[in-house]
Amino acid sequence: MLNPPYLQVRDLSVSFPGKDADFKAVDNVSFDLAQGEILALVGESGGGKSVTSLSIMKLLPEASQLAGKISINGIDIAKKDRRSMENVRGAKVGMIFQEPMTSLNPVLTIARQMTEGLRRHMSLSKKEAAEVAKASLLDLGITDPDRIMAQYPHQLSGGMRQRVMIAAAIALKPAILIADEPTTALDVTVQAHVLDLLVDLKSQRGTGILLITHDIAVVAETADRVAMMRNGRIVEMGSVEEVLNAPKHEYTKALLASHLSVEAGLKIRTGGSGRRAQ
Amino acid sequence: MTDIVQRSRQDRSASLAILVGATIVAALVAIATFAPFLAPYDAMKMAAGPRLSAPSATHLFGTDEFGRDLFSRILLGARLSLGIGIAAVMSGLLVGALLGLIAAFSSRYVEIAVLRLIDVLYSFPDTLIALTLVAFLGPGMENATLAIAASLVPFYARVTYALSAGERAKPYVEAARLTGIGSTRLVRVHVMPNIGHSMIVMATIGFSSAILSAAGLSFLGLGVQPPSPEWGAILASGRNYITKAPWILIFPGLALCVTVLSFNLIGDSSRELFDPRRGRR
Amino acid sequence: MTRGPILSAASITKVFQVNGKPFTALRGVSIDAFVGETFGIVGESGSGKSTFGRIAVGLERATGGTLHIDGERVDALPLSARRRKLRQCQMIFQDPYASLNPRLTIGKQIGEGIYARGLSNWREIRSEVSDLLEKVGLKREFADRYPHEFSGGQRQRIAIARALAPSPRIVVADEPVSALDASIRTQILDLMETIGRESTLSYIFISHDIAVTARMCDRVAVMHHGRIVELGPTASVIEKPQHPYTRVLLDAVPRFERRRTGRRSITTQWPAPNEHDVLIEVSRGHFVLKSVL
Repeated sequence: MLNPPYLQVRDLSVSFPGKDADFKAVDNVSFDLAQGEILALVGESGGGKSVTSLSIMKLLPEASQLAGKISINGIDIAKKDRRSMENVRGAKVGMIFQEPMTSLNPVLTIARQMTEGLRRHMSLSKKEAAEVAKASLLDLGITDPDRIMAQYPHQLSGGMRQRVMIAAAIALKPAILIADEPTTALDVTVQAHVLDLLVDLKSQRGTGILLITHDIAVVAETADRVAMMRNGRIVEMGSVEEVLNAPKHEYTKALLASHLSVEAGLKIRTGGSGRRAQ
Repeated sequence: MTDIVQRSRQDRSASLAILVGATIVAALVAIATFAPFLAPYDAMKMAAGPRLSAPSATHLFGTDEFGRDLFSRILLGARLSLGIGIAAVMSGLLVGALLGLIAAFSSRYVEIAVLRLIDVLYSFPDTLIALTLVAFLGPGMENATLAIAASLVPFYARVTYALSAGERAKPYVEAARLTGIGSTRLVRVHVMPNIGHSMIVMATIGFSSAILSAAGLSFLGLGVQPPSPEWGAILASGRNYITKAPWILIFPGLALCVTVLSFNLIGDSSRELFDPRRGRR
Repeated sequence: MTRGPILSAASITKVFQVNGKPFTALRGVSIDAFVGETFGIVGESGSGKSTFGRIAVGLERATGGTLHIDGERVDALPLSARRRKLRQCQMIFQDPYASLNPRLTIGKQIGEGIYARGLSNWREIRSEVSDLLEKVGLKREFADRYPHEFSGGQRQRIAIARALAPSPRIVVADEPVSALDASIRTQILDLMETIGRESTLSYIFISHDIAVTARMCDRVAVMHHGRIVELGPTASVIEKPQHPYTRVLLDAVPRFERRRTGRRSITTQWPAPNEHDVLIEVSRGHFVLKSVL
């Protein structure tokens, strides 16, 4: 880590009321994220990754209980209420979600949705905000931003919607971006573009990125540091080289072992039980 | 994760509603079944008491213009109203569901043809259908039942079609189709268990509509004929005595309200509790 | 025993009507799958791979082209004969949580496939169902349980048992492991391979995941926008991709040995496809779509 941490999470615990006992989704989680680095949060479904990211953004449902410290640029936001969080969200910490269809309002044009946040946070006029939004789309490699901005979410492909979401998030120039499974629902070629984009954001703009994913190969390609999460706890954390080349915890080892690469796939088939067509 | 706490509060009020509704319906069914034993007087006997007398200890609901005990007439009327309601709903549901299923599981041409037919039928207000049929067939309980059944058919057909079309796209129904079974078996074994629930709820909703229609037809003199004590018929006769003997209007009206309300309570809350989007059984 | 292909699709086209406008999902796809082979179809969303799978089992009808199963032409048959023929092709669906009927016991659902074969004695059917459950690694007693009592991986096992119940020659697996966690995936793939090895069953394995395709398939077809752009033995296509789209696809797969540097690779332009493209053999059994003009 070259920069001081912008996001600091200390002893974060989140629980939800259940029938007999409370369910602890996140159990004493601590980590730092600085600008200009990508920290990957890895684990299988239900392990607590999404809840962690939602708690940072204070987007959890009313019924949840949060304990611990979350500081953004030195300010503890764990105790903050909704109103004060609205200034933090978007401007300091941006977020992109897995399902771009459900994150975008189906009855508003893209232009409307992108300019809304801009106008609120940066006090821009409608025209100025449209210009900023357009520039953001161009930045993402979208060559005809005017056409895209005039459309509705259902008229765009999944990959395009995700790019629009990212453009909207980075137009506010947040210091930190939380990307919750941003490529899981996308085709692999589109995923490659989006991942390149995220790495670009990190190196060119110095954005700190918390990348949540279940795909360990994505981590190897894009992240600088990684934290392995299981049942709400971080079981191993360190630089990507350390953790992936010399894993210490059983869970990390198991996850690495169950990853199937193209080369490994070929080997399994031809090496062992190769069936022959008759 | 989301609104678990919210959900259980809704569930509790929905369960309470069903309980209340079901209790009332059970009471009504009991009344209808044992009406002759429960009624203190013969419902048809004129001059069982003084004419147009107000509710008292001897005549709980008072008497009508012929001196007949209103309480006994209301009790026996329950038989008629519930009887017509059940018969109309059962037959309307049968025919309507059949149409809906045929539309959903036949060839594209049949589907379009049947849907158009249902659309045409649906465009007529159900009261109008009932009236027209009774005008052709003549008044009376059986014809009224038939007419009400016919008016319910388009509704049931549409609902069944919508439910079936939803099921037909599901992977497990497609998988069943792959085994090469015929449409009849497909519907009976694979589709019905999944839409049966919703159909029962729809039937409950139809009951209240049917009972109201029956009362309406009797009120107009087209349904159950006097001296049968159908609630709508009683209402009709009570019209003339609204100032002198308002109880003749009040009690059958109340009976109708309570009956319709209880069926609606069951129907509405069942729909909420068994909404498949909520992921319940 | 016939030595020809068990499934032969020739120039299959499929046009859907979407909101009044025609949408072409398949543009002349030809595939021959042989007995005992696992044939893979790999592609991204919109490639038409799922549509092809559904046409192969009879859930959709092709707009053009012919389909032969075990030497017999299927699309020309009358309804009842077609049903019987198509029973030889079964499907495993992607979503383990939607592909089982929530209101029927799994024994009943698997049993329906056996009943369809002509067996009507439900005691015999039950015994076969129990055998099938064992074959897919589940306990015999599970037959009386309902789907919601099982995990995703177990449900896929049930789906496999159900697909095998009518004793098919061909099983089309449409993304069978995409919705499962990595550790469960291996188990299910191993199970499918074992079952294939112990019989003359052929698989048509549809996936967007190249690693899984590499592991399972003897030959693979790469689909893009309704066309096959490359086809051949799996190792050959993966190690020596000829078509620019195949290369882009393979390159995009995240891998351990690479670090992304940010500035994107220039979007590759592959030649716009047209009606006159043909598949040209570049090496033994390995074909590429090339523009003839």
